[in-house]
Amino acid sequence: MEWLDRQWVDTVLEALTAFFLVAGSLITFISSFGMVHLRDFYLRMHGPAKATTLGVGLVLFASSLYFILIERTFHIQLILVTIFLLITAPISAHLLAKAALHRKLPSTPDTRGAPGELKPEDTAREPDTPHPEHPGGTAPQRPEQPQ
Amino acid sequence: MINRILPRPILSLILAVVWIMLSDAISWGSVILGTLLGIVIPLLTRRLWDTRPEVKKPLLLLRYTIRVLVDILIANLQVAWLIARPWKRPRPAFVEYRLKLRRDFSITLLASTISLTPGTISANLRLDKRTLLIHVLDVTDIDALIEDIYQRYERPLLEIYE
Repeated sequence: MEWLDRQWVDTVLEALTAFFLVAGSLITFISSFGMVHLRDFYLRMHGPAKATTLGVGLVLFASSLYFILIERTFHIQLILVTIFLLITAPISAHLLAKAALHRKLPSTPDTRGAPGELKPEDTAREPDTPHPEHPGGTAPQRPEQPQ
Repeated sequence: MINRILPRPILSLILAVVWIMLSDAISWGSVILGTLLGIVIPLLTRRLWDTRPEVKKPLLLLRYTIRVLVDILIANLQVAWLIARPWKRPRPAFVEYRLKLRRDFSITLLASTISLTPGTISANLRLDKRTLLIHVLDVTDIDALIEDIYQRYERPLLEIYE
């Protein structure tokens, strides 16, 4: 009877690991799906900033479950990866948003609240720096590739 | 003297421990290298550090951490749900949030928390450090959102650090 019991436990553990793996992948997939169908840069940013955190977190959780329960070893690196993710994800999202604001990327028209960062500047734009070899005009156009 | 070599003893300790944890087993090599890194990195980055943050209420900080972790879980599910239903458009908004926090460190914590939790990303901290520009994925009542951020996150941070 002993071997049957052991097998049963293993099956449950495997199912649990599989569940977290699949859930993590599903959430990561949904957030990537958002990159395709959301309409402006600021909206698309939300996917990777959050859903990925949970997606990767779940995959890491599944992996630590596997190592603890089935291989009976514990890898502390998995926890470190989670902590690093939690620290770095908001900062990279913040920098992306800042860069987008700096470049005045348009937001969708139904976005409420117009921040000053996105309004056109009052002062005249500085003229483009002339190209060193073509001071008269803009940089030479790349020749058309033959079809 | 000790302050010259170890300007931030706790940071040094954390760096050394993290390094030892990253290398698979505890060995003399990893301990020595970890100690070296723990001494050198704080010295090299000393000029980038703000004044040392002091935690006035450690218990409250613990509660705040747990609350943020739970919120991250919920936020992720909410955002995933919002993205997964293409038939209903989200109602995005830019929100200007007036900061009551004054210290760089606690503002950083608040901005990071906002980026990690329900459908909000802190987009820009204005140069005067008085307002934080937040992009919200889906919101109906902006005032309620601001009040929510204040009650849930900024007030505890104010109590913990300022």
